[in-house]
Amino acid sequence: MSTLEIKGLQVSVATESGFTEILRGVDLTIKSGETHAIMGPNGSGKSTLAYSIAGHPKYTITGGSVTLDGADVLAMSVDERAKAGLFLAMQYPVEVPGVSVTNFLRTAATAIRGEAPKVRTWVGEVKEAMKALNMDTNFAERNVNEGFSGGEKKRHEILQLELLKPKFAILDETDSGLDVDALRIVSEGVNRVKANSDLGIMLITHYTRILRYIKPDFVHVFAAGKIVEEGGPELADKLEEKGYAEYTTA
Amino acid sequence: MSTLTTNYLAPTGREEAWRFTPLARVGGLLDSSIALESVNSVRITNAQPGVTLNVVRAADLAALSISDDLATIRAREFIEEVTHIQVAANSQISEPLILERIGLTGKPQASRTLISCGVNSHATIILHNSGEAILADEFEFDLASGSTLTFVSLQEWSGKAVHLGRQHAIIARDATFNSIVVTVGGSLVRLLPTVEFSGPGSSADLQGLYFATDGQHLEHRLHVDHNFPNAKSRVNYKGALAGDKAHTVWIGDVYIRSNAEGTDTYELNRNLLLSDGARADSVPNLEIETGEIVGAGHASTTGRFDDEQLFYLSSRGIPAEIARRLVIRGFFAEIVGKIKNEEIENRLMDRIDSELAKVGA
Ligand SMILES: Nc1ncnc2c1ncn2[C@@H]1O[C@H](COP(=O)(O)OP(=O)(O)OP(=O)(O)O)[C@@H](O)[C@H]1O
Ligand SMILES: [Mg+2]
Repeated sequence: MSTLEIKGLQVSVATESGFTEILRGVDLTIKSGETHAIMGPNGSGKSTLAYSIAGHPKYTITGGSVTLDGADVLAMSVDERAKAGLFLAMQYPVEVPGVSVTNFLRTAATAIRGEAPKVRTWVGEVKEAMKALNMDTNFAERNVNEGFSGGEKKRHEILQLELLKPKFAILDETDSGLDVDALRIVSEGVNRVKANSDLGIMLITHYTRILRYIKPDFVHVFAAGKIVEEGGPELADKLEEKGYAEYTTA
Repeated sequence: MSTLTTNYLAPTGREEAWRFTPLARVGGLLDSSIALESVNSVRITNAQPGVTLNVVRAADLAALSISDDLATIRAREFIEEVTHIQVAANSQISEPLILERIGLTGKPQASRTLISCGVNSHATIILHNSGEAILADEFEFDLASGSTLTFVSLQEWSGKAVHLGRQHAIIARDATFNSIVVTVGGSLVRLLPTVEFSGPGSSADLQGLYFATDGQHLEHRLHVDHNFPNAKSRVNYKGALAGDKAHTVWIGDVYIRSNAEGTDTYELNRNLLLSDGARADSVPNLEIETGEIVGAGHASTTGRFDDEQLFYLSSRGIPAEIARRLVIRGFFAEIVGKIKNEEIENRLMDRIDSELAKVGA
């Protein structure tokens, strides 16, 4: 049983006119096996929260803490955070020209597991995971995310989730850009990982559709850089119906 | 030994052609008071049917092209013999021909090689430059109609080497010249990959990569002369620089003459600066004398490491230095992959890795 604890997190980005505060004290605790949905208007800071936990250099932490089973996540380098068990499925996965998916996955698995996976079992493992996500095996030979369609990039993120088996996954709009079938396939992938490993999930989304597949235990409303309301799955339905007006009109 | 007959002036550095080059480091190659030793510096390591090598008196095999490059003029002046490699007409050379250097002393020398490709022949030739040298070097490629030549020039020189070279192709009707230039070694390398056409339907694909670390000066001056209608050219050079006073120069001159209707050309140079104190000069230059063309374009970018790529890889647990190596290998993979030789690919990538490690980039 692990715990990811975010306390009073404040984050700024450097802009031409100085620092702009984006996160204004985020409190959130996620335990293994729990699924927390985060919903909120565009620009409210959801991706900023995700990136800050993963350690993106663009964001400056100005206050608060993030701990994983008590260990100071904010003091870790980006790769150390991944090794500690954090995984971020990005809203906009990055293209890495000239680096094949095969090479990338193997290098990542080697880093996370602390030893190179055995060639024979590894190839099978990757093939199987790709098959389960309905990905053509020729993706393995392509360069990381290069020329992938929006939906293909998202599947590739979940492929990594399946292979790297983190303790906590942050899924930043993994459902955006997926067609109806892909949404189901990707959601099943996430549920598979959860069933096998007691994964804790922070699921950032704009739509309740994905929540029919990946059932949240908690729903948080995110507005203007912090969590402004918390509830159960029923809160998502209310948001879908009424929008964020009551949280954004200050 | 030739006597010194030239009455040119050594460059001062103010000339357009020499303004980037550290002339103090050319090892006497351009010094009119120093004679260059003529050397037949090229040998074939893997003889192939359909390919011959003859050493010919320079007087019996004049250069095919005009050059105003001073290093080339100097080389031609002192050359006593020319190495002539011929690919027989209609022959398909299945295995790449490997050329190694011999007879290089590390004193100022001059060498000239002519490669003639017969009608409808197909060949890949790989020149492996290694060791120490101070060399003014000329290659001419004479591609007869319908022939295809892929010429790979690997500059894997040792640390002090100076190489001033010209690699000029004359491409006849429906012939294809593919050049892959890889420059990773040497103190000062200044190469002129140049192309002219002698028939329509001909094409040139000039690819290159260079990687400069501490104090290296690596200069590539390309010149594509679209002097014939309906010819096609592509130029794609990629460079990376790391360490103090690493300097690269890329000049891409493309001329589309008034008679060169139907020309299709595009040139690209991308540079990756891996540390402060390195400098990449990139000057694309496209001159167009006719509007009746298929297309003409150029692009040049010089940038730092893409932090987003590094972040993406690191967020998957990959340590920063391995992530950087992956990104750099990835940057060069497009060019290196074109050599289609795994042994050479690995050797080049390993060299790049170890040089990176040395400068701590
Ligand atoms: N470099 C930057 N300079 C200025 N503002 C920035 C910068 N980076 C992010 N922001 C701002 O921070 C705010 C939060 O952005 P973030 O991407 O976290 O929003 P989000 O909640 O994920 O939105 P969406 O639902 O559209 O994905 C936005 O207003 C954005 O414009
Ligand atoms: Mg976002």
